[in-house]
Amino acid sequence: MDEQRKMNETKPTATLIFRKQTFEVPAGMTIRDAIIRCELNPEAVLAVKDGELVTDDTHLNPGDQIKLVATISGG
Amino acid sequence: MKCRKCTNRAAINMRQHKLALCPEHFIEWVQQQTERFIKKYRMFTRDDRVLVAVSGGKDSLALWDILLALGYQADGLYIGLGIDGGIDYSAESHRCVQKFVEERGDGLTLHVVDVEVLYGASIPEAARSVARGRGKPCSVCGLTKRHIMNRVARDEGYDVLATGHNLDDEAATLFGNTLQWAVGYLRRQGPVLPASAQGLARKVKPLFRFYEREMAAYALLRGIEYIYDECPYAAGATSIRHKELLNELEISSPGAKLQFYLHFLQAREQYGIFQPQDSTVELHTCPTCGQPTTNPEQCSFCRTWERVREQMTKRPTAKATNP
Ligand code: SF4
Ligand SMILES: [Zn+2]
Ligand SMILES: [Zn+2]
Repeated sequence: MDEQRKMNETKPTATLIFRKQTFEVPAGMTIRDAIIRCELNPEAVLAVKDGELVTDDTHLNPGDQIKLVATISGG
Repeated sequence: MKCRKCTNRAAINMRQHKLALCPEHFIEWVQQQTERFIKKYRMFTRDDRVLVAVSGGKDSLALWDILLALGYQADGLYIGLGIDGGIDYSAESHRCVQKFVEERGDGLTLHVVDVEVLYGASIPEAARSVARGRGKPCSVCGLTKRHIMNRVARDEGYDVLATGHNLDDEAATLFGNTLQWAVGYLRRQGPVLPASAQGLARKVKPLFRFYEREMAAYALLRGIEYIYDECPYAAGATSIRHKELLNELEISSPGAKLQFYLHFLQAREQYGIFQPQDSTVELHTCPTCGQPTTNPEQCSFCRTWERVREQMTKRPTAKATNP
């Protein structure tokens, strides 16, 4: 139990950045799951990691910073 | 995920095609597909002079880049709308277009038409001074852009006018038109609009089968700097809401929006529904600008801008037309 709590407290996270918002998500999940968890649509964004476009099945490592590029435009 | 064509890491996965590709193969794929669509829908040939309407956004710059890579004779047309919206929208979009041209060196032709310089008012000013533009300036803006594109295409002797509309644009428009059963618009919607005998330029949309997401990826991978922010007046547009709805659908049914649009084109072919009207509407020639119009007198572009100029001269606070 204690062990579990300790793990939760230090749970490593990754960051998603979308426009002016920043989201902290648990590391280990895929980018696609993380996008959905942030209530964004994976069909409407692209994920950029370290300046490179990556597919959304990529698993998040602790400390990863993923920039989400919005792809919908209107008018 | 690995690239379907080599062992490198994929940069994009297109679920509707079950296809993941690395940067190099994705760029190649986009260009080859565009070539295929240009031929399949008989848009133009390498003998034709193509005028690409570039806004500074990802789609139109990607389109110009692809056509040049494929060896088409493609020139650009940039229309300065004079929209600021707190983000310097027009200036910034013009800078992106200019940068694209400079990076590619000599030999690229870009026509620039500045609405304010030419007609005496920016789009937002024009919209404010006529009833047509109460609220958003989009109606005046659309009218003006169509007029200028057509005029430049005609005056400069282009065979065809190409715009960067992607599948999301087309599917969202179709969705909106279907919700309204707007038969007139449904008839006019399509990737190729033939030239009219009265002088309307032939219009094509070579990117109409690509998802918007793919065009953003293409622009990123090709290092094209494009204007990321929307036109400030696009905020809250119904078309954006419709795109979002279609993308919701896309999560559970990959390919849904593509099928929606392609089946529309197919149904039109097979069952003869929403056939483009041939010459049943009589077109007249506008006495002021010479462009075809359904109005027996002046076209709506000329009428609108005449009113704008009247209003601008009446109001002392308004900017002078000829400083
Ligand atoms: S959103 Fe409206 S004002 Fe802005 S470019 Fe599009 S049509 Fe013009
Ligand atoms: Zn590859
Ligand atoms: Zn006219």
